[in-house]
Amino acid sequence: MLTPSQTVGPFFGHALPYEGGPDLVPEGHPGAITVTGRVLDGAGEPVPDAMLELWTGETGTRGVLRREGEGACGFGRCATAPDGTYRFRTAPPAGPYLALLVFARGLLCAVSTRVYLQDGPDPLLDSLEPGRRATLIAQRDGEVYRFDVRLQGEGETVFLEF
Amino acid sequence: MSETTGAGAPPETAATEMTDPASRPRRKLMIHPPNLSPGYRSTLLRAPSKPAVAFKADPDAIELTSPVFGHGEVGPLDADLTRQHEGEPIGERIIVTGRILDASGRPIRNTLVEVWQANAAGRYAHELDRHPAPLDPDFTGAGRCLTDDEGRYGFVTIKPGAYPWRNHPNAWRPAHIHFSVFGTAFTQRLVTQMYFPGDPLFPFDPIMQSVPDPVVRERLVAAFDLDVTEPEWALGYRFDVVLGRTPMED
Repeated sequence: MLTPSQTVGPFFGHALPYEGGPDLVPEGHPGAITVTGRVLDGAGEPVPDAMLELWTGETGTRGVLRREGEGACGFGRCATAPDGTYRFRTAPPAGPYLALLVFARGLLCAVSTRVYLQDGPDPLLDSLEPGRRATLIAQRDGEVYRFDVRLQGEGETVFLEF
Repeated sequence: MSETTGAGAPPETAATEMTDPASRPRRKLMIHPPNLSPGYRSTLLRAPSKPAVAFKADPDAIELTSPVFGHGEVGPLDADLTRQHEGEPIGERIIVTGRILDASGRPIRNTLVEVWQANAAGRYAHELDRHPAPLDPDFTGAGRCLTDDEGRYGFVTIKPGAYPWRNHPNAWRPAHIHFSVFGTAFTQRLVTQMYFPGDPLFPFDPIMQSVPDPVVRERLVAAFDLDVTEPEWALGYRFDVVLGRTPMED
């Protein structure tokens, strides 16, 4: 009796994003990293109306929706900008990756992927051929990790089904 | 496994008896719409061309856990979309209630339910909605609440209007309320849309029709319920949301 999925549509912007949603930790939090990138469609064009959710696997000490106080929350939500970019500030996860969900107009089901902060032996990564494996590994520049989501076509991100 | 071919996928009842992990995406295929649904034009450049990689998550996988929501995070008026402004919104006041359940019928407690919708005239309070219908200064059309111990949620709102979109000539969306729901695992996360019974626009809507199985599609339609209806005040609709099994249960 499962309920089927439907698209998030284009008009979630007045409802789902919330203040501080992309900031899982406050500014200046020790060890904080930034995960940022663009969401691109099959023509390589930016997707300006996607919504991303990042989950570190830890509930943390900050509220999920009300981001009062110090500490970390494990969940973040970020709508893409007109140029398709998103940006999260988070504490590093305990393991090698973060879970990422992408919702958008034109996606009837959300797509699920992983942002690996570094390459290394891993059951999922090792099951993928090298070209596809690379789509799950963020490019590091200091505390900034760049991770583009390509929904379709060349360099299409590996999406997961559990 | 192909996302474009629904034919040949086993029906839901048969699939539940299968233990081969490779059968899981096919079962989901029957429940959920294929992401490439050409009738809905926006899918053409956004649907992934490769099937999702079926992956058996280890017990420590992040995706087997989900955020925990505290009661302090949701305000008392968040679930009443008719009381978020000075005056009352124009339109037909309705109550929408139901339960959030897992695939075994167990309630999902204290989970966040978010809704959003157009106003009674079919216009969203969103800056990019260009439909030339009036905005209602007393209606934003966004609500949230947490489920109780029985997995129950409830909203008071107004019935949204149908509205045109540019998908194809003379395209209209049936009236609907968007739902966003969390389960106990991140893999259960679901965004869907609730429709109203008897809407003549159903056969013409490629988003609703993207759900291939007509029996499954019906699950998106709320039931009018006289027991939920409050005399002299508001019609009541019931809409349950059933989330998928977590990978640990498979």
